[in-house]
Amino acid sequence: MFVKKRSALLVLLLLSSGAAFAQKKPVAKAPAKQPAAGVSAAVLAAGKAVYTQNCLSCHQADGGGVDGLNPPLSKTDYVLGDKPRLINVLVNGLRGVDIDGEPYHNAMPAQTHLTDQQMADVLTFVRNSFGNKASAVTVGEVKAVRAAGKK
Amino acid sequence: MNNQLSRPFLLAAALVGSLGLYSLTTRPAVVAPDADNAGLKLPAGFGALVVAETGARARHLAVTPQGTIYVKLNRPKDGKGILALKPGAGGKATVTGGFGSYGGTGIYAKGGYLYASSDEDVYRYQLDAKGEVTNPAQPEKIISGLLNRGEHESKSIVLDNAGNLYVNVGAYSNSCQEKDREKGSMGRPGCPILDSAGGIWQFRADKANQTYGTGTRFATGLRNVVGLDWNAQNNQLFVMQHGRDQLHDIFPALYDTKQSAELPAECLYALTKGANAGWPYLYYDPVKKQKILAPEYGGDGKKLADAKYLDPAVAYPAHTAPDGLLFYTGTMFPAKYRNGAFIAFHGSWNRAPEPQKGYYVVFQPFQNGKPSGPWEVFADNFAGSAEKVASGRADHKPCGLAQGPDGSLYVSDDKAGTIYRIVYNQK
Ligand code: HEC
Repeated sequence: MFVKKRSALLVLLLLSSGAAFAQKKPVAKAPAKQPAAGVSAAVLAAGKAVYTQNCLSCHQADGGGVDGLNPPLSKTDYVLGDKPRLINVLVNGLRGVDIDGEPYHNAMPAQTHLTDQQMADVLTFVRNSFGNKASAVTVGEVKAVRAAGKK
Repeated sequence: MNNQLSRPFLLAAALVGSLGLYSLTTRPAVVAPDADNAGLKLPAGFGALVVAETGARARHLAVTPQGTIYVKLNRPKDGKGILALKPGAGGKATVTGGFGSYGGTGIYAKGGYLYASSDEDVYRYQLDAKGEVTNPAQPEKIISGLLNRGEHESKSIVLDNAGNLYVNVGAYSNSCQEKDREKGSMGRPGCPILDSAGGIWQFRADKANQTYGTGTRFATGLRNVVGLDWNAQNNQLFVMQHGRDQLHDIFPALYDTKQSAELPAECLYALTKGANAGWPYLYYDPVKKQKILAPEYGGDGKKLADAKYLDPAVAYPAHTAPDGLLFYTGTMFPAKYRNGAFIAFHGSWNRAPEPQKGYYVVFQPFQNGKPSGPWEVFADNFAGSAEKVASGRADHKPCGLAQGPDGSLYVSDDKAGTIYRIVYNQK
C-alpha cells in the first residue's frame, strides 16, 4: 500500500502536472506565487503531496490549524525560525508546548514514517505556503537532525 | 408573533396598548428577538437574540432562577475565569463582573450553589436569594487533582438529584496507541489510561476537599465527554462522547479519507453505574449500526467488537464534536420539546479533506426518559455561511447550553464569545 502510494506519487511528480491534486476536495492551498530563492516548483509539488497526506487533517488545507487544538503553520516562530528545531518537530513530535503564546490541546505525532526527502520537501512547502516565505529545508539538514537522534 | 417585527414597532405597539401581550406594564420582561434572529436559522415560531458579546472563549454557562448568567471561560479574561451577566432590557444582559482566576469548561447551578471547574479542580460558590455569588474570592474547593495531561483536558460537570456530582475525565489519547496518533502504532494492551481517565467520575456535591482518588469511577470506556446532563424523568446520566479521530491517517490501508470523515459516529450514551462504552477497543459505525473492533486492537473495519460493551442510545454524524447537552424541562417551547435533549455540536475539523460539518444545535426527541424518533437540526448557521462550515472557518462555535427560568434556551460560543438566547414567540 505504502509502496504503491509512493510510486504513484513519483509518477505524478514526473508528470509534474499537479492536476491530480486539483480535485473538488479541498487540498492544501497553492504555495506562494514567489517562493524563496532556490526553491523549485517540483519540490513544492512534492511537499504539497506529503502535506496533503500527512498534515492536512490537523493543520487544515489553509494551514490555519484548529482553534485550541492544532496550531496554525502561518508565520509561526517554529515554522520561520531555527531549522533544526523545526525538523525536530517532525522527528520527535511535539506536545504540551505553547505556540506563539497559545496552548494547543492535541498531540503532534512524530512523522518518522517519512523519508528524509519527504521531510525536507514538506517543510520547504510549509515555509513557502500559507503566507510564509523562507529558505528551503535540505535533505542534508534533515539527515543531520535525524542522525542526532531522538531527543 | 412574527420574528421580523422590529423593536420600534413593538415599542409603538406596546405604547398604543393594542397588543396586550407585549404591554410594558403587564409584562416588563419582553424578550425581543433580534431582527435577524442573531444570524441563526430556527424552526418557525422561534426567535433568537444576542444576549451579550463577551469577546472571550465562552465554554459552558449556567442561568440562575433569577436570570443571572454565569459563563465559564476557557482562559481567564482580565484575570476572570467566570463572567457574571445581569439581565437587562429586552432580554439582553450585561457583563457586570467576574471572578475565579482559573480557565476551564464546566459550570452548573443547582440548589443554591454555583459549581465550576478548572481542568483539574471543582469549586463551589454560594448563591444568595438574588442568584448572586456571595463568596467570589473564597469558593469551597470540593474536588482537586483531576488528571490533566493536556489532551481532552476539559472537565464538564453535572449534578443528579441525590447530591452527587459527575465529572468527565477525558482520555489523554486518541485511541490508546503506543504512540499517540502515530501512523500504524498499535493499541496498548489492556489500555492503562482507563485506570485514571477515559470515564465519568462521581463525587459528593456538598463535601469539601475530596481528591481524585476518593471519587468513584462511575462509567468507563468513554474517550472524551464534554456535553453531559442528568435526565430527571429516567433519573439517569446521559453523556455525549467525542469519537476517535484519524482512521485514515493512522491506518491508510484500511480506511480512505471519505470513510475516515464519516467514521465513527459521535454517540449519546445512557449510563448506569459500572457502564463501559468500550473505548479504545471499539468505535461505532453509524451505517452498519455496529460496534466495530478498533484497528489498533486488530480490527479491519469489519470485525465486530465484543458485544458486552454498551450500545449508544443515538448516533450522530462523525467528528461534529458535541460539547453541550441539555434536557429541556421548560414550558416556553411547544410540547414536543419538553424533556427532549438539545445538543450543541461545536463543529468538526477531523473530516478534512472532506468538507467540515456541525456548528449547530440539534434537538433529539425523548419520551419517558428514552430517545424517541429522529433528531433534527434545531438552530443552524452559527458558522455564518455554508462555505464557512465546509472550510471549518466558522464565525461562531456553539459549546454550552442552559435553560433560563422562563424556558429560554441559552447557547454559548467559544469562538467569538457570543451568548445567544432562543425563545418561542408563537402562542
Ligand atoms: C494529529 C494532528 C497533527 C498532525 C497529523 C500533524 N500535526 Fe503538526 N502539530 C500538531 C499539534 C497539536 C501541534 C502543537 C503541539 C504543541 O503545541 O505542543 C503541532 C505542531 C506543529 C509545528 C510547530 C508549531 C507551529 O504551528 O509552527 C509544526 C511546524 C508542525 N506541527 C508541522 C506539521 C507537519 C509538517 C505535519 C505533517 C508532516 C504535521 N505537523 C502533522 C498536530 C498535528
